[in-house]
Amino acid sequence: MAAVTALNESPAAASAGQPRGMQLRRRRRLNVFRYVVFTVFGLFFALPLLAMLRFSLEGAKLGTWSLTAWRQIASYQNTGIPPLISSIEITLELAVITCVVMLVLLVPTMIWIRLRVQWLARTMEVLCLLPLTIPAIVLVVGLGPIYNRIQHYELSALMLFWVYVILALPYAYRALAAGLSAIDVTTLSEAARSLGASWFTVIVRVIAPNMRQAILNALLLTAALVLGEFTIAYLLLYNNLQEELYSISRNTPNAGVVYSTSFAALLFAFVLLLILSYAGRRRRGRG
Amino acid sequence: MAAAATSETGARPSRAGRRLAAPAWVGTVPFLAYVAVFLLLPTGIVVVDSLKNPNGAWAFSNVTELGNPLVRGYFIGSFKLCVLSSVSGAVLGAILAYAIASGNPDGTVRRLYIAVSGVLAQFGGVTLAFAFLVLIGPIGLLIHASWYFDFPWGIGLIYTYFQVPLMVLVFLPAIDGVKVQWREASENLGASAWQYWRYVGGPLLMPAFLGGLLLLFANALSAFATIQAWENQIAYIVPQQISTALSSEVGLSNVNVADLLALGMVIMVAIVMTGYALLQRRAARWLR
Repeated sequence: MAAVTALNESPAAASAGQPRGMQLRRRRRLNVFRYVVFTVFGLFFALPLLAMLRFSLEGAKLGTWSLTAWRQIASYQNTGIPPLISSIEITLELAVITCVVMLVLLVPTMIWIRLRVQWLARTMEVLCLLPLTIPAIVLVVGLGPIYNRIQHYELSALMLFWVYVILALPYAYRALAAGLSAIDVTTLSEAARSLGASWFTVIVRVIAPNMRQAILNALLLTAALVLGEFTIAYLLLYNNLQEELYSISRNTPNAGVVYSTSFAALLFAFVLLLILSYAGRRRRGRG
Repeated sequence: MAAAATSETGARPSRAGRRLAAPAWVGTVPFLAYVAVFLLLPTGIVVVDSLKNPNGAWAFSNVTELGNPLVRGYFIGSFKLCVLSSVSGAVLGAILAYAIASGNPDGTVRRLYIAVSGVLAQFGGVTLAFAFLVLIGPIGLLIHASWYFDFPWGIGLIYTYFQVPLMVLVFLPAIDGVKVQWREASENLGASAWQYWRYVGGPLLMPAFLGGLLLLFANALSAFATIQAWENQIAYIVPQQISTALSSEVGLSNVNVADLLALGMVIMVAIVMTGYALLQRRAARWLR
């Protein structure tokens, strides 16, 4: 309403300064709105994390400070469950394996489809986004029989990577698709091919290096997903980091080590993504 | 754009790639095989098993068990939690996305919030339940909320924590797509801020908003870790009951309970995601 009256007055004044003054007022109001929103959401996002951090630093007596829980990360062990550090190792190894398999499976296939089998592009997209539609818990119900067969060979929790690649597909696909559509794949491959490059060289040495940022993006999203995965490990009775934290919290409620480890894992993921965000900006700025 | 690329690449390789004896699609076989074994096969197993009884004989009447009051209760619980957390997440996320979009497109605040959203949208695991437990739970540092263990309010608040960032990630591109010129044009025509949002901005963003809402709904529906760590004694929602059914076959007789519940979930998510895809297509019309 205020804006309308201001506008009605301006023809009489007929000055160029008037609309700008109105914009200034709106800008100021918008800024107040933005600061309020950022503060409220900042608190909403930060408080649970701060509570977790504070709790991880809780001493033996309530209200005191101590680093015990953080030191325990490396040494914590409880009866009936494997040591914490071993599940951290397994989870990190899982993250690496999942990333590698995802890259080897997805990058060449996506480039190949883009170059040679365009009619499969739509199918590929649907297949890659399908895991968003099929909840992990449904996947577990169906995977039970398949994993029972694999378990005959007495394999470790590392076998979870088979499913984790599927879970990571939508995120990795989107990141890679964005990178792929940003470069002129056809021209690059034609140039390389006419200079005598094999298809392998085209994919691995010409196109893939041009989508480095997208590949990095896909890797980090995949790693973050593996670090936080609980459902499948828990239901297939494998032991990964999240499952271990859950077991500890059930055995020993309010164990400080649960909070220190959780916080460390979260911090790890956050630093990774922050690095990515800055790395992406710098490259854009240069180009 | 995609169509143009198709005709171009489709024509040329036939000249260059003669050397290869195998047709080009053979290159995609490893990927297709992988997806078939670890995505399509499990889903197929769920569908087939849900229509069989434990002895392995076909029993299409199983589907009627989805109407069983016990089973229906879990679906209603899931529905309540999903509606609560997706509506609150979508509204709050849209507000935050607007605040982010109206600032400097290359500023620190924006980059920080996007990075934080990226992490927190994935932060739905058991950790989240722990964080809220020590914030507002029985041992909370901020308050001891008496409603912390109430369903769906306590868990709904926890879910909102990862729903808001997801909405920001989904909705921000739509808000960025709204051009300043539209606002200026409507202002030049004498529209107030409310009129602008009611007749221009709102209708433009509505498909994207509803699409985001549905995505959040599906996201909440499939979440399991957080609620399991929040309260593991009582099953409120379908995934919890699936977990219980997997570890002990009790409850309904003569039915593969876990498979049946899983089938119900697939149907539910499929409906929601179809709506999402349709709305996305509508929203995309304005954003290009």
